[in-house]
Amino acid sequence: MSADPINDANPINGASIPAINRRFRLQWEAAQNAHVLLYPEGMIKLNASAGEILKRCDGKATLADITASLEQSFAASGLSGDVFAFIAMAVEKKWVTLLP
Amino acid sequence: MGHVAAMNAQVKIAGPPLWLLLELTYRCPLHCAFCYNPTDFARAGPELPTEDWLRVLREARALGAVQLGLSGGEPLVRDDLELIVAEAHRLGFYINLITSGVGLNETRIAALKDAGLDHIQLSFQDSSKQMNDFLSSTRTFDLKSKVAALIKQYDYPMVLNVVLHRLNIDHVEEILNMADRLGAEYVELANTQYYGWAWHNRDQLMPSRAQVERAEAATKRFRERIGRPMQIYFVVPDYFERRPKPCMNGLGSIFLTVTPDGTALPCHAARMLPGLEFPNIRDTSVKHAWFDSSGFNHFRGDDWMKEPCRSCPEKARDFGGCRCQAFLMTGDAANADPVCDLSPHHHLVTAAVAAAERPRPPDEPRRAEEKPLVFRSPANSATLFP
Repeated sequence: MSADPINDANPINGASIPAINRRFRLQWEAAQNAHVLLYPEGMIKLNASAGEILKRCDGKATLADITASLEQSFAASGLSGDVFAFIAMAVEKKWVTLLP
Repeated sequence: MGHVAAMNAQVKIAGPPLWLLLELTYRCPLHCAFCYNPTDFARAGPELPTEDWLRVLREARALGAVQLGLSGGEPLVRDDLELIVAEAHRLGFYINLITSGVGLNETRIAALKDAGLDHIQLSFQDSSKQMNDFLSSTRTFDLKSKVAALIKQYDYPMVLNVVLHRLNIDHVEEILNMADRLGAEYVELANTQYYGWAWHNRDQLMPSRAQVERAEAATKRFRERIGRPMQIYFVVPDYFERRPKPCMNGLGSIFLTVTPDGTALPCHAARMLPGLEFPNIRDTSVKHAWFDSSGFNHFRGDDWMKEPCRSCPEKARDFGGCRCQAFLMTGDAANADPVCDLSPHHHLVTAAVAAAERPRPPDEPRRAEEKPLVFRSPANSATLFP
């Protein structure tokens, strides 16, 4: 698994609990057929996989839970690399915070 | 016939009005000389009643509107603001209150929180009490500072907005320090856009190029030094550019404004554009206004463009710039925005910038003015448009 994005400098692991940053609001918009992140005077339209991951970031589920839920919903396996990489990016962009 | 077919095609490709701006009132306790409200606002019809605003919210939300701005004038002078916010929240809007802060006491800020208000954008006119109070022609600086503290206390995200121009742009560093002190998460350093009262006062408000460059440098230094997350938007003054702004992302593309008297507009300044039908929401639906009126359809797509825009490879990026600016400066809204250096009217912009190269005024604002600023007020509006 050389593609594993987790390394010593990155605290993200299967036990991490992500939550939507309280300064953003995640919402499904039927008119755009997409999840969006809303913030002061702005909006980020999410692609389908970003929306599926973020809607599971409820501040309770661990990343391992979220990955399992996605693999079950989409009858897929081996999604953890993609999920972790997305969460790392979302933390960087401050869309998501990791609960201690 | 070809024209009709093209219009129909454009109607089909029109997406939803994602951004809804409700200008709830033209009444305002401030009298800012750079206000973009129309200078003839004193002759506007009566304000929409509450039930019409609520209907606009429902109809726009059904079309897909999701970002809501509540502005004016000063929206807090409407005593139904809490009702409007509550309905918008129930419908799923993200609600931005754009305010001078005047009227935002603790009772109302708490009630607005309960109603579901998401965010408050608070305007300051300057970092100094003297200049803030001069530019708004009010004594409001201390009040605004108190309101900023209330916004933090009630855990709203705070955007601090300062309109920049010749008389305050040299204070950018102090303005940013003030924003930091007040705990703003976002700061908009919005160089004046010349519409409405700002257009009327343009020559007194236009900064020199050196002033703009110093302000940009000060903003850059501040960004490097600040130790906490603070998003700073430096809105460049388009007169100093060589390409126009993609104004409103193209008229009729994502923005819908409703003025205090109920006129539906594709941009808050668009009422000045001649020959277009801007329906009043009292007697039409939001859907009809957005999809079927000439005011929204005319400048959709690029059929309306003249040269040099029509054959320009950049037309899909900037949509020819701002229709209102083209109209104000050239008399024809279908011309290229004269900010573009490909426009045959670009010399009008460079002349305005060149005129701003006169010696800087001293810090005494009243003595500095060669020609007095005309402040936004019902009395001045009535004088300009008797």
